[in-house]
Amino acid sequence: MAEEASNIITEAAARIFADFADPQSINKTEDGAWKGPLWHALSEAGLPLAWVPETLGGSGASLADGFAILGVAGRFALAAPLAETLAAGWLLARAGLKAPATPMTLAPARPHDQITVDTDGRLSGRAIGVPFAQDSQHIVVLADGRKQRLIALVEVKDCRLSEGRNLAGDAANVVTFERVKPLSSAPAPNGFDQSALMLMGSTIRSVETAGALEAILSLSVNYANERVAFGRPIGKFQAVQQNLARLASEVAAALAVAGSAADTIAQADAFDETVFLEAASAKIRTAEAAAEGSAIAHQVFGAIGFTREHVLHRFTLRMLSWRDDFGSESYWAAELGKHVARGGADEFWPLVASR
Amino acid sequence: MSANLQFDPIRLPPECDALRIEVRAFLAEEIAAGTFDPHQPGHGDSYNRDFSRRVGVKGWIGMTWPKQYGGHERSQLERYVVTEEFRVANAPAHLHFVADRQSGPILLKYAPEYVKKDILPRICRGELCFVIGMSEPGSGSDLFAAKTKATKADGGWRINGTKIWTTNAHHADYMLGLFRTSPASKENRRHGLTQFLVDMKIPGITVNPIYQMTGQCGFNEVVFDDAFVPDGHVMGEIDGAWKQATSELAYERSGPERFLETFYVLLELIRALGPEPDLRGAEGLGRLVAQLHTLRRMSVSVAGMLQAGKEPVVEGSIVKDLGTIWEQKLPGRVRDLAAFLEPEVVNRATLADQLAFATMIAPKLTLQGGTTEILRGIIARGLGLR
Repeated sequence: MAEEASNIITEAAARIFADFADPQSINKTEDGAWKGPLWHALSEAGLPLAWVPETLGGSGASLADGFAILGVAGRFALAAPLAETLAAGWLLARAGLKAPATPMTLAPARPHDQITVDTDGRLSGRAIGVPFAQDSQHIVVLADGRKQRLIALVEVKDCRLSEGRNLAGDAANVVTFERVKPLSSAPAPNGFDQSALMLMGSTIRSVETAGALEAILSLSVNYANERVAFGRPIGKFQAVQQNLARLASEVAAALAVAGSAADTIAQADAFDETVFLEAASAKIRTAEAAAEGSAIAHQVFGAIGFTREHVLHRFTLRMLSWRDDFGSESYWAAELGKHVARGGADEFWPLVASR
Repeated sequence: MSANLQFDPIRLPPECDALRIEVRAFLAEEIAAGTFDPHQPGHGDSYNRDFSRRVGVKGWIGMTWPKQYGGHERSQLERYVVTEEFRVANAPAHLHFVADRQSGPILLKYAPEYVKKDILPRICRGELCFVIGMSEPGSGSDLFAAKTKATKADGGWRINGTKIWTTNAHHADYMLGLFRTSPASKENRRHGLTQFLVDMKIPGITVNPIYQMTGQCGFNEVVFDDAFVPDGHVMGEIDGAWKQATSELAYERSGPERFLETFYVLLELIRALGPEPDLRGAEGLGRLVAQLHTLRRMSVSVAGMLQAGKEPVVEGSIVKDLGTIWEQKLPGRVRDLAAFLEPEVVNRATLADQLAFATMIAPKLTLQGGTTEILRGIIARGLGLR
């Protein structure tokens, strides 16, 4: 039953992406005129606020459904702040705050950035690489106060943004908060810290990356079956087959670890040790798969895949950029390594086998 | 099929938790009693008849098989828990492991009733060691080029020829082997091989040890000189073994034994790094943990598919390809990360010892049970490239 409901939601999402943000079509346009109609259709379907309960203005979908939507978004290399709005809405809901029906993003988006709450409730600090900040109307901020952490809703126009883009050309801004007065704010739940936010963001990026990897596998296999060289489709050459098999394995690894992390968060009561292992591993392994998989796909496509005209870069450059959001694979590897080392050898296998 | 890979996130059911506690307690007792040393892989004999019998008494061999043949009708996921706990502890399970993993399921599917009634309960009791007879001196990965012949005789078949790289043949009670009963046909080069159950104690079979580069004797040459096999030991269709080969692959290739064979060096690295490793050690360790976790979740997922009655041949091949390459590279990664450890690290000698062993066995990991190249061919076929 739950699976059926999930299928309906993901099919609806896929239809909207195909109609309004098909990579092939939008790759040909320069002006971004597709963004307005896309957002309208997504909003009509209740997707941006899927993780916000109905009482707070959202559509109250499950975490599992939201992750499923993001997997589909990854398959379309979606260049719109859907994941960010989902996450921002989810963050607001942690604090029981109402969500506006606008494109949103969240800050901080890197583990070492910090935003603090002044004694009068205003926010100060700086966050780098905030995805789609300049395309959003609101930013949801996790900020450190003297006594507690706050979740706050801020208007983008009240912050200072510096122009910035990721590898794929999506906005990724440095956002400076200079005594910004939030529209609303409330304490974060007990134990919910920046690490928890980074783990959630990492899982989101992992799920999107797995989706993008699925797409480039499919593109690459189709191309290898069509493109003829030396008198036969290149997919008939063992060297190419071996490369595509490696790509399939990277896709499989990404799907498995991202799916597992998403499922863990969907089931968890708190961001505990199991969530940490799952989400950190997912970010590390999907980032590795993104690098490995992109290289193979580009190798299969040859020069045509290196053109602006071809859609491949929409997937590969986006995946490569996502590696930096919410903690890079190097960051999480160090955190995970420290955690395992602290636990010691005897605690290691029980941790791995905990699920 | 193109890009329709599936790895559902399986949550191990509560009965698995209880079972895991029981398995760990059993292994701890065996270690305390001196049956084996979990820190000395490759030193003791991985083949232990008494130990396998005690495992049989616990009900951990043939766990998923029907009770009428001595099995326990438990789930693939419960079997998974037992397999991984045994692997991680370096428990000496070689005697019964092949029979439990792949020979038993083949017998269940193809053997006549009297053979099943006779042999399966003995496997479950941990009494029988099975080996696989596929490779020959002139054919390895090219399985269907096998030449060793089974010729029809009165009431059975006479086998002549040689199988090679037969792991544990010097201990074996039975072999499941592929033998040529007809020449390959023009239309189908895979035609003409038949699977047989061979009692290794019958006259006409000579087992010659082959020493490995590690100095150990793990595999053998098995020479058949007119060895007689009764008709009842034909497994499945005469000349049609090729139709039966694929479905077993998912069982053989996706288990935790496909990425845990050098696991002990990772544990020893954690001991050597200590509670506060430097950044290089921490980052390197974290990557290995993430990769291991991913492989395990993939492998559990395949076990879940097997439990659901699916035949995830491509997914199983992917687990083995990624898993064996990972476990093969692991000693090298650990060596890199241990390069700058302080000389007074307490377990330096153990780590060096384990690294030496793991480094020596590493080359075989991507050869045994289907080479990397063969696996990638299967994956490519699954992608629709062949």
